[in-house]
Amino acid sequence: MIDRDTVLHVAALARLDLHEDEIEPMARELSAVLDHLETIGELDLDGVAPTAHVLASESRLRADQPHTSLPREVALDQAPDASDDGFRVPSPQA
Amino acid sequence: MTDPISLTAVEAAAALRRGELSPRELFDAYRQRAAADDTNSFTWLADDPTTAGAGGFGGEDRGVPGADTVLAGLPVAIKDLFCITGVPTAACSNLLRGYRPPYTATVVARLQEAGATILGKTNQDEFAMGSSNENSAFGPVRNPWDRSRVPGGSSGGSAAAVAAGLAPVALGTDTGGSVRQPAALCGVVGLKPTYGTVSRYGMIAFASSLDQAGPISRTVADTALLFQHMTGPVDPRDATSIGWGGADELGLPTAERLDGLRIGVPVELLGEGVEPGVRAAFDAALRRAEDLGAEVTDVALPHARHALAAYYVLAPAEASSNLSRFDGVRYGNRVDADDLVSLYTRTRHDGFGPEVKRRIMLGTFALSSGYYDAYYGRAQQVRTKIVEDFRAAHEQVDLIATPTSPTVAWKLGERVDDPLAMYQADTSTLPFSLAGVPAISIPCGLSEGLPVGLQLSGPVFSEQRILEAAHALEQAIGFDGTPALGLDAVTDGGAANGGAA
Amino acid sequence: MTAYEPVIGLEIHVQLATRTKMFCACELTFGEPPNTRTCPVCLGLPGTLPVVNQEAVRLGLMIGLAFGGELADRSVFHRKNYFYPDLPKGYQISQFDEPLVSGGQLGDVRLERVHLEEDAAKLVHAGASGRIGGSTSSVVDYNRGGTPLAEIVTRPDIHSAEAAATWLRLLRETLRQLGVSDVNMEEGSLRCDANVSIRPVGETELGTKTELKNMNSFRFIEQGVNAEIARQTRILESGGTVEQETLHFDPRTGAITSLRSKEGSHDYRYFPEPDLPPLRVPSELVDQARAAIPELPLDRAERFRGEHGLHEESARLLAFRRELGDYYEAVVSAAGADGDRQQIANWVGNDLVRRLEADEDAESDPARSKVAPAALAALVQLVGSKAITRKAGEQVLDALVAEGGEPQAIVEREGLAAIGGGDELRPIVEAALNANPDVVEKLKSGNMKPIGAIVGHVMRETKGRADGGEVTKLAREILGL
Ligand SMILES: [Mg+2]
Ligand SMILES: [Zn+2]
Repeated sequence: MIDRDTVLHVAALARLDLHEDEIEPMARELSAVLDHLETIGELDLDGVAPTAHVLASESRLRADQPHTSLPREVALDQAPDASDDGFRVPSPQA
Repeated sequence: MTDPISLTAVEAAAALRRGELSPRELFDAYRQRAAADDTNSFTWLADDPTTAGAGGFGGEDRGVPGADTVLAGLPVAIKDLFCITGVPTAACSNLLRGYRPPYTATVVARLQEAGATILGKTNQDEFAMGSSNENSAFGPVRNPWDRSRVPGGSSGGSAAAVAAGLAPVALGTDTGGSVRQPAALCGVVGLKPTYGTVSRYGMIAFASSLDQAGPISRTVADTALLFQHMTGPVDPRDATSIGWGGADELGLPTAERLDGLRIGVPVELLGEGVEPGVRAAFDAALRRAEDLGAEVTDVALPHARHALAAYYVLAPAEASSNLSRFDGVRYGNRVDADDLVSLYTRTRHDGFGPEVKRRIMLGTFALSSGYYDAYYGRAQQVRTKIVEDFRAAHEQVDLIATPTSPTVAWKLGERVDDPLAMYQADTSTLPFSLAGVPAISIPCGLSEGLPVGLQLSGPVFSEQRILEAAHALEQAIGFDGTPALGLDAVTDGGAANGGAA
Repeated sequence: MTAYEPVIGLEIHVQLATRTKMFCACELTFGEPPNTRTCPVCLGLPGTLPVVNQEAVRLGLMIGLAFGGELADRSVFHRKNYFYPDLPKGYQISQFDEPLVSGGQLGDVRLERVHLEEDAAKLVHAGASGRIGGSTSSVVDYNRGGTPLAEIVTRPDIHSAEAAATWLRLLRETLRQLGVSDVNMEEGSLRCDANVSIRPVGETELGTKTELKNMNSFRFIEQGVNAEIARQTRILESGGTVEQETLHFDPRTGAITSLRSKEGSHDYRYFPEPDLPPLRVPSELVDQARAAIPELPLDRAERFRGEHGLHEESARLLAFRRELGDYYEAVVSAAGADGDRQQIANWVGNDLVRRLEADEDAESDPARSKVAPAALAALVQLVGSKAITRKAGEQVLDALVAEGGEPQAIVEREGLAAIGGGDELRPIVEAALNANPDVVEKLKSGNMKPIGAIVGHVMRETKGRADGGEVTKLAREILGL
């Protein structure tokens, strides 16, 4: 039920490169799992509220008090490609 | 002199506090065993704890924990999913290999405050996605009971390390069974607490609405000891944290009897997939419970059979979003590219393993335009029904019992090509995760020479009740974990597992 | 040819004036060195979690209350998923189908909703980079990332580009007076997208809309919306159909380009943020928000018109610039019950403001100028009672702006008191008539127009202390007209 185009579309949304030989197996495996998940389609769930949070029923709010931010060298320390003052990426418009 | 490895965590902590055992001595004993490990349970081991550096007795800014702390230097193995300042934290993913976070997870910090020492980071399925610990960039973990078999997952390294006596206790995480199932397959104790009682801050997210940290140990009392110091007040850094919300203060369990306790057995979770040997051990455990005074009855969880489907929509959906931050920009490993989109797609192609990619795809699909209602929306409704099932069941019974895993540990490689078969390993643990209720797994016997786990669950915040019952059963069952521990000299007084069955 | 009616709705992002970010406690400051205001949370480090800033909620409630919107008992944060380097988590936390505020109105434009979300970081183009062989690169600065935003969405109640710009000015002033934001378009604390469609006049169905992104000045909004209306009109007139898309307006070239092609089709995969339980606003917070709301521009303008009897234009001018309105009211109160409020409004809104704004070094808030409200009240009274002429009054104001002080003292020091009755003025008018025989001739022939020359002459002689009406009256008398 998941075809090649769907796999490629979803992979694009997920920013996941798939090599040519990975596409068909992915389609097959996803289809198998999704087939199984169809069982929830049989249930009568009219009027049933969704559960997004099982326990905490309301958000605690935080006071607007500043903490100390990270020193810049710590913030940049783990970056694969850092400039002196920031995180470098190829220009989105490039 | 007793081999310090043979002491339970409760005993070891007491000996440390009394000064009969030094933190150094205990740390070295475990550190040496862990270094010689052949189960591949660890991804990183703390250095000599007295030298400066990350880990060990708590990092550069901490000394040796004093005898005045409760844990007084007790070594703890930490699943690689938890961030610790300066300590390699990769969630066993190639994408994060080499990453050293600038902060420490709340639960780890709380254990350190209670006097725990970091022994090392344990192997796991990548981003906690898996039930066999074969999805790890650091290679599979081997089950200490049979090294050709899986330890279960995703907290496979934590469970195997405890079972093999490489650590007295370990921290795992449980999203759909990832503490309980490996604990069952390795013959140790594992608790998934009530959702929200342990802070998730600093625990790398898999499925936020389900993830919970849990202790893994050789005895129920050790699990109680660790859980006491994992929960506590609300963590202001985690908006879903509710802290310890139970009526009573948590204590070490002491119950010997189960008089008046009503234990319900849901028929829905005893279906065709349960191996006969597992069923036999489970039934024997139920008879023990009756011997101790419990009343065992059937209980209905009508929607439990839909838990697998709901879980494999909800968890991958949340995961697909949680894992979007791994883009090669701020941390982790990057595959360079001339354009931004290729940088993302190649970094994520090379960085993530096959199961992680599968779940990202599954979750992205389930949330995508046109499919949300049919998948994500319905799965959330099923979750509501499951929560209601548990609420109704707990009007009739105090605890619910099931086998933790329908099978014993299987052979490495046996299910890697069949994702669905792998997912079905969690059939019995998933409903409890979706309901957010606490559940423990304790070893209840052997099948084909491999451990079988008994799962006991109760309503939210019933941890103390669960621990008491599990403790009484543990004493009655008298499970012998020494084959995995590999200790020959456990005879001189320090039996690891209440051996008087 | 069909006449078309534009239908415009606006989406405005307002940076809220909190001390810290929306979901972490990093301090918000403008112009700090890049990446010095970050923490594990706003860098999206693995394992970190968001916690809602209470002050952002309070400011959002103030906006809702000010516009008469309905405050939600329960509002929900969602994740809006997409990849971009300025978005560290790969999703933006934003409210979606259960916003903090629903409905409301400002002026004649109804509001759809007000919701809370977090701002993106800043991407700075860095030119060629060493690492990525020769290709261009950008650098991300996460200081701004996570700034609390209120997104205000209007109903499609606006029907011209000019009306859109006018309404936005009202919105900006209202938000400024609420104190919820700096509302500085240049610094990006107020940003506007416009949804534009057109339909034949008389048609009730809406046409296909396009979204014009991120216009950062009132002028560009007007230009951009007009350009888009023109573009859609051309399409429809040539028999085409407007495509629903996201557009960018380039104010330098006036060109409108589609943003869609780059990103691929958008599918944000919204779902409830599992890290944040629903937001239930404590009633004390609503009370605090309500108590903090000052009188808003439209209400104040109405009061100035109704109770003070000011002209429409004066009323709006003073109400829409809070500092002018406050100063005006201070002068009114100093002047007491007899004060001429329209005159005070004129002196504050025209004469004083012009003088303050002309001086670059001076503070344009009159309350911070050297002119005390009581002094201006006294000045208006002097002019009103004809003790000095208006011209002289302006000179007094010059002096007040320059050095402060008391009008009466300045009048005396500078000798600006009006030249009183005929005795003093008559000789000066006679002299003026004598000096302008040609004018006198015209006046005598019945042409009164050149009387201005005589008045001007007298004014020069008296340094503006004479009353023009009095001069005319005397001239007529002398000439027997
Ligand atoms: Mg927005
Ligand atoms: Zn921050």
